[in-house]
Amino acid sequence: MRVELTVNGETRAVEVEPRISLLDCLRERLLLTGAHAGCEHGVCGACTVLVDGAPVRSCLMFAVQADGYAITTIEGVAPGPGELSPIQDAFCETHGMQCGYCTPAMILAAHALLADNPAPTREQIVDAISANICRCTGYAQIVEAIALAAERMRGLNQPVCRP
Amino acid sequence: MKPASFEYARPADLDQACAMLAAGDDTRIIAGGQSLVPLMAMRLARPKRLIDIARISDLAFVRRESDAVSIGATSRQCVLERDAVVRAAVPLLAKVIPFVGHAAIRSRGTIGGSLANADPAAEIALVAVTLGATLLYREDTANGEIAARDFFIGPMMTALPAAGCITAVRFPLWRETRIGVGFHEISPRRSDFAFASAAAQVALDENGICRRVALGIGAVTAYPLRLDAAAKALEGTRAEEAVVREVVRTAVADIEPLSDLHASADYRRRAAACLAVRAILDAYRDAESAHAG
Repeated sequence: MRVELTVNGETRAVEVEPRISLLDCLRERLLLTGAHAGCEHGVCGACTVLVDGAPVRSCLMFAVQADGYAITTIEGVAPGPGELSPIQDAFCETHGMQCGYCTPAMILAAHALLADNPAPTREQIVDAISANICRCTGYAQIVEAIALAAERMRGLNQPVCRP
Repeated sequence: MKPASFEYARPADLDQACAMLAAGDDTRIIAGGQSLVPLMAMRLARPKRLIDIARISDLAFVRRESDAVSIGATSRQCVLERDAVVRAAVPLLAKVIPFVGHAAIRSRGTIGGSLANADPAAEIALVAVTLGATLLYREDTANGEIAARDFFIGPMMTALPAAGCITAVRFPLWRETRIGVGFHEISPRRSDFAFASAAAQVALDENGICRRVALGIGAVTAYPLRLDAAAKALEGTRAEEAVVREVVRTAVADIEPLSDLHASADYRRRAAACLAVRAILDAYRDAESAHAG
């Protein structure tokens, strides 16, 4: 079946079998390999992408179901080539990653959280990433990264008060 | 972990969807797919054809009616989580939705899908049974209704006709002014499938006496159970802890709990009793703090 997917702001047409997940379509057809295949049945969260801004497991959505939605992958969050989003930057700074396998999904989950709630509590951060498994168990730094990113992003558009 | 091949159709409206469902064997409805797709990935389900109803817009609604709140089958859980009508008129549903899967599941998962999947541990099914909800469905061109308590007949098994498509679920409205709700579950990780759960809704009169009580337990038996005798026994009381304990203990004495490697039957029975007591006590306190009138 022919599907038109809007991924990171760009419309791409692909021919896929109905059984192809959005995840496999992104990785194998569109060569966006930042969404990772973990369990492929909706448990690990490694394949999380944003669909209309909301976190969604791309292994639990068929590509044919995804046309017309705005899909954001990790490749789409940086403001420009060679740059990092504030959340990515915070992950680097606090060592919010070890092997890196869960990282793109963690960052997208954090994007969805902070878009909705610029000042999350620690509990809310933990809840937002509770769907994502980190087998290195580096959760403490991931939580720290998201808190740091939140703090910086809150500061971004604040008027600077000078005497 | 790749599903077998299937045909995919996205009909424009419910009439077309139901005609397709009636026409073919091995045809399944898909909306959010958050329960069906894992089953397909593990090849526990191998439908020949999927009919996608997720975009049929007249199936996604929350409507306050004179004596009930009707919720369309394809209403997504993340939408219901924030819906003002649900919060005000079906507070028990609003209370449990954050426990349904994770945020990433709720952004696609629908209320009808959760009900149709009939997992014994499903929170939405528990609320539907506890509150005495009614499921509305369409089978080809005929509309049907079935009470939630008759709908669930076993783990992942329902009384829905093979060619039936759930269209909505209707939660009866409680008219009392002082209403409180309580919900507890035990699961290995937050939002994993529960080993045991309990939900309660209580309505108090102006003197703090229980006028109406609804109590249900989930994940313990093959499908959610309403504990009507216990609920009845609490009406007319102030839900004193000792009374609640005794009533609940009697109610769970003759249930037949599931037993698996996660939790034995005995554990589930004890957990259910403990959670049911907490749910009622919470509901009572919640109702007490609700403004009187």
